[in-house]
Amino acid sequence: MGNELLIRNGRVIDPANGVDGICDVLILDGKVAAVGRVGDAGAKPGRRIIDAAGKLVVPGLIDMHVHFREPGDDEEETIASGSAAAVAGGFTSVVCMPNTKPAIDNETHVEYIHRKGRQARKTHVYTMGAITKGREGVELAEMGFMAEAGAVGFTDDGSGVQDASVMRRALKYAAMFDQVVAQHCEDRAYAGQGVMNAGYYATILGLPGLDGLAEEAMLWRDIQLLKKSRLPVRYHAQHISTAGAVEIVRAAKAQGVPITCEATPHHLLLTDDCCAEYDTNYKVNPPIRGAADVEALRQAVRDGVIDVLASDHAPHLQSEKELEFLTAPFGIAAMECALSLYVKALIEPGLLDWPALIRLMAANPGRIIGVDKGALGIGKQGDVTIIDPDARYTIDVNTFRSKSRNCPYHGWKVRAKVEMTIVGGEVRFDNRRIENRAQTLDR
Amino acid sequence: MALKRKSRHFNWTRKHLLGLRELSEEEITFILDTARGFEEISKRSVKKAPPLRGKVVVNLFFEDSTRTRNSFTLAAQRLSADVVEFTKKLSSVSKGETLLDTARNLEALGIDIVVIRHEAAGAPKLLARNINACVVNAGDGYCEHPTQALLDTYTIRRKRGTLEGLKIAIVGDIAHSRVARSDMWAMTKLGAEVTFVGPPTLMPAEVSRLPVKVSYSLDEVIEHVDVVNMLRIQFERMGGNPFPSVREYSHYFGLTAERMKRAKPDITVMHPGPINRGLEVESEVADGPNSVILQQVTNGVAVRMAVLFLVNHAAAQRA
Amino acid sequence: MKTILDSEQVGRILDDMCSRIAADTRSKPNVAVIGVRSRGEQLGERLAMCLAGKLGREVPSGTLDITLYRDDLNSPQSHWQPQVRTTEIGFDIDDKFIILVDDVLFTGRSTRAAMDALIDLGRPEAIRLAVLVERAGREFPIQADYVGYHADVKGDERIRVRLVECDDKDEVVVE
Repeated sequence: MGNELLIRNGRVIDPANGVDGICDVLILDGKVAAVGRVGDAGAKPGRRIIDAAGKLVVPGLIDMHVHFREPGDDEEETIASGSAAAVAGGFTSVVCMPNTKPAIDNETHVEYIHRKGRQARKTHVYTMGAITKGREGVELAEMGFMAEAGAVGFTDDGSGVQDASVMRRALKYAAMFDQVVAQHCEDRAYAGQGVMNAGYYATILGLPGLDGLAEEAMLWRDIQLLKKSRLPVRYHAQHISTAGAVEIVRAAKAQGVPITCEATPHHLLLTDDCCAEYDTNYKVNPPIRGAADVEALRQAVRDGVIDVLASDHAPHLQSEKELEFLTAPFGIAAMECALSLYVKALIEPGLLDWPALIRLMAANPGRIIGVDKGALGIGKQGDVTIIDPDARYTIDVNTFRSKSRNCPYHGWKVRAKVEMTIVGGEVRFDNRRIENRAQTLDR
Repeated sequence: MALKRKSRHFNWTRKHLLGLRELSEEEITFILDTARGFEEISKRSVKKAPPLRGKVVVNLFFEDSTRTRNSFTLAAQRLSADVVEFTKKLSSVSKGETLLDTARNLEALGIDIVVIRHEAAGAPKLLARNINACVVNAGDGYCEHPTQALLDTYTIRRKRGTLEGLKIAIVGDIAHSRVARSDMWAMTKLGAEVTFVGPPTLMPAEVSRLPVKVSYSLDEVIEHVDVVNMLRIQFERMGGNPFPSVREYSHYFGLTAERMKRAKPDITVMHPGPINRGLEVESEVADGPNSVILQQVTNGVAVRMAVLFLVNHAAAQRA
Repeated sequence: MKTILDSEQVGRILDDMCSRIAADTRSKPNVAVIGVRSRGEQLGERLAMCLAGKLGREVPSGTLDITLYRDDLNSPQSHWQPQVRTTEIGFDIDDKFIILVDDVLFTGRSTRAAMDALIDLGRPEAIRLAVLVERAGREFPIQADYVGYHADVKGDERIRVRLVECDDKDEVVVE
């Protein structure tokens, strides 16, 4: 029996194909079969009909920067729990970062992530491989084998590749595989022991500062390496956080350097005064910056300098986040409410419209990681996210599927809720059913 | 000298003393006025009064400190509290009991006041949020050291009557100094004009946004100030080498007898101790007539008695 | 509010009390006066001066702050803010014949606190209690040796002593 799904009457937004209008999406056997007015003729018996009137029907969202902690820190998150969180956040594909224990630096590890992802049966789980063995920044990891095993790019995320000569070699070598090389830009020596943005608040809170220049210096260095090498390698700056970084990327793009970059919800929403009570849920790397940086990042999203929105979902145990600000680990876990946060940061102030937001959350990351996803063309994977753009709700970390609760947005009133997440034609998350059930229980 | 008593009908409500940034001028003045009443106890032959009888104070010290700990111990004992000493040198690699677990365990033993010194800024706030006992900050990272600043301002008030209009220089490693920060909050709130003096490598980020003046030259400042507070150079905290050598540092920022000649004759010389003699302050100056370094130590006990007394009373009122 | 003693009466009562104390301490070279803060402080100073005049020799005087010795200090029921002030006794109280001076003797609790405070300072030969006004309502077995005036007041009435040093005039009122 075939798996048939008809999503009717939603506002279908598919920026990659220039679609934005009320129509239907038909998915047959896991693939998009039709986008348009299927009408009543499409409502054949045995076909599941989803009424999406008043909702947005968009290509499955892609989060190209998540930490699912497996292997190594399964108590914080597993691929299974992270995948459940992903579909709750509307993400039909995620890209795990390789800074697990051990690091994902060979094809066996890549295959392990994929297998766990398939077993979880929630979202498509991809992974990047490490650039260097053990993420130590010294010797190149086996990029070729990892690419063959399905890695969708390389990064030493968690730290940057410190040695410029190693990075130059990595960029040159990666050019063989048409894979993106992503960098967590941070000059470690310059960053020192910093735990929050260097500035007024770090000064009065007595915390060591992490200067934005640590990020900008490495970003600039990498761009010079790219310019020098003139190789067909794609470079992606992860979670850029400062106005300076924005200007560096803007200038590089104007010069035709093959660079893309991403921004996170927290860098688009929060300013460093949030650390004033030493709440470790605000401790993240790169750190939350000042108001001018937030403004620059938002403008950069609007101007197209920032290509991708990514959550940098970084779960941590409560017991770790209960430590002193100085010693608590870096990271915010907010994948499940990321969409609403982008809406708050970008759509509510009028910087982006929905098609532009969906482009940054689906088509663009799909293109960068080189997977045939992020669009609703005929024959494409039946990955669809249905969003209620007008729903208002209060973020409650206790409803998260993630194992962790280190989310500073608890109690925030936000807009736009994921209604349904469909992966390969299967409904993997259905908020209508959850809410119906809740109502039944209330009675 | 007589002290102004602005704070006669003030109501103290804080059960924690975490820092001076959050305190009002009235609150700071009230602590100082209260401390005045405790000074005499330390001069008796039987140095004891009963207000904290039956209360337990724990000295939770995660950093080396002899002076501050002794001062708090004496303060608590002179108020008849029982004192538990808990000293633990933290190693950032050792995965031991967390701060909160340690504190919750102590609380289970029935303590009333935690005096905490910790290398991590914000640790006292973390405790205060999570336990019922009173929390007194005895120094956290380079954030605040409120009782040191209180005893500094107390000493200045005793010596000069008021801080209003005084010009005060704080000299040394400002970036890594909790004393500088707490002094800044207390002294500026009480109406003094504070100047941070030190090499640019030892100034914190965005120092221009702080309510102080900044100077890189002690020579330019020394002639104009009424009080000079020489910070201890804390080699263990600085990291890197913010100045090329001790010799060069003390050439530019040491309080030498030679420099003192250009100071106002009644300048008050302070130091939070322990002194690196010959580095920050020459012996001749440290032991000279302008120095109030030992009065600072004496006053520290009275100020800490006042703090313990007030937080305990605020807690009792809330019970 | 009604005035029970006016300025003239306060003066006369103090002088009378002073004469009685002088009569009893003529043979005591070690007599000293200690006033309890706050109004006892001023009364003590006046008594000491008066006593010095009558005895023809210096009578040391000092001030005692009993805040730290109060028995309701840490009681959650009493919502008051303790104002710790200085104890200023510029002499050694060991073997002194102490005249302890307070404004009103009511429950006796302040006197208890004052005696404890004094004992922490040394071992006097004796302590005698002198109060300007005494009223019923004792909770502790404490009686004054020298009473200026006995006031008949109801249990919920409050006696307030005002002195020219800190208020605008000398008087005793009932509220």
